Amino acid sequence: MNRYPRWAWLPFVGGLALLAVPILGMLTRVPWGRLPELLISPRSLEALRLSLFTCLISTGIVLILGVPTALVLARSRGAWTTAARTLVTVPMVLPPVVAGLALLVTFGRRGLIGAPLSQVGIEIGFTTAAVILAQSFVSLPFLVVSLEGALRASGGEYERVAGNLGASPSRVFWKVTLPIAGPALASGTALAFARSLGEFGATLTFAGSLQGTTRTLPLEIYLLRESDSELALALSLVLIVVAILIVGLATRLRAWGEYV
Amino acid sequence: MKRFAALLAAALLMTGCGGGASTSTPEPSESSSPVASAAGTEDVIVFAAASLNKAFPEIAPAKYSFDGSSGLVDQLQGGAPADVFASADKKNMDRAVSEGLIEGEPVLFATNYLGLVTPADNPGEITGFDSSLDGKKLVICAADVPCGAATLKVAEANGLTLNPVSEESKVTDVLGKVTAGEADAGLVYATDAASAGDKVKVFDIPGAEDDPNTYWIASVKGAPHAEGATEFITLVTEPDGAATLAKYGFGPATTE
Repeated sequence: MNRYPRWAWLPFVGGLALLAVPILGMLTRVPWGRLPELLISPRSLEALRLSLFTCLISTGIVLILGVPTALVLARSRGAWTTAARTLVTVPMVLPPVVAGLALLVTFGRRGLIGAPLSQVGIEIGFTTAAVILAQSFVSLPFLVVSLEGALRASGGEYERVAGNLGASPSRVFWKVTLPIAGPALASGTALAFARSLGEFGATLTFAGSLQGTTRTLPLEIYLLRESDSELALALSLVLIVVAILIVGLATRLRAWGEYV
Repeated sequence: MKRFAALLAAALLMTGCGGGASTSTPEPSESSSPVASAAGTEDVIVFAAASLNKAFPEIAPAKYSFDGSSGLVDQLQGGAPADVFASADKKNMDRAVSEGLIEGEPVLFATNYLGLVTPADNPGEITGFDSSLDGKKLVICAADVPCGAATLKVAEANGLTLNPVSEESKVTDVLGKVTAGEADAGLVYATDAASAGDKVKVFDIPGAEDDPNTYWIASVKGAPHAEGATEFITLVTEPDGAATLAKYGFGPATTE
């Protein structure tokens, strides 16, 4: 077993309290009696539906782009890898509003890419696609970073062996690399999904806010704070429950992956 | 341990969506010298509606905290130390009064009304607050916030049904989408239009001036700097203060 100094318990309790007490505090203010009636209101259901829908798609995009990106980064050397790795990490530390501005000046209809697209009649702003784009932008780094670490740690020994035994690189990827990285993939995916679900600033700046189209749960909560704080709290509870479910599921998948 | 870390990280991410306006609540300074006859306003803590963030510092130096009016009332209610409260609408000032947070009578000091803005080059070829808005990318405030409620009122008064592409929670977000050229038109306050300068084209909305948003100012009960608070309110309501407010697009404090 790990041995650690007993004093570590003190900051541990402090840290846990810092994170848990505000959430518990919120739970005491949730209007439990009116909860069912609040949650089946069209506003809540549309926000929840839109949030889950966009997060599923953006997480899918993140997996398709992120897994190979992590693999390339983990198996490459040289100055360009460091540069690429930094680039991948930047959106992670960008304030969301900055991310939104970056997307706006790129994909907005006067933007670098948005302007030519607008010429041919494609405008991304104010659409659900803009929400998905914002979510993918901010959550991709989380998957890449957590998966790359795991892939590098696994070192590629098994991959070399499989390759020497005649497996094609693609076959090695599907049969060796991915299964070994399973646990990291699960937690990285959960992180990316959670980040997408909580995405707020970039969406607000870039996609706008319209019920059923771009107003996801966090945007709805932000708006409701002004008029119906009970519903805002009820929806916050939904967000927390979904988060716990996702993290719980990822933990299960991890545990399962570690046995295989 | 790894699992735990992942859980914490995810929990942080979920809750880290954050609010918009940052508010620094200044500490009340302990300079309660009884001989401060010519009360300066430097130490006065002013909680003011976000739209006043340019005009007020020009009128008088003070310790400012700018935020949405309703958020400011929440903070006052929570016991945040403040001397002066300036609300961007009557509703929130009334709320502060009924919560017993205000000393004396609030004073009307400015008005603000809605206008229609388009990007400077007017890509949607908008001709005014009329049917030229149909099918265009119109951005307005959500009905939940005061500027959205005002938007619905002027639309009704003009017999228009608005079909916005976005309903923002802050009027500055509406303006931002117009100045970025992302929206064809937006409904913002005259002060916002003034702050955007020549980046926007402004159209008057018929009837908007008759039903303006009213700005109210008052001393906070138990103000740490009561004298300075009175001085500050005087500066805001004097002709010089009114002129500065007018420069930033505010209307005169005449209509109720």
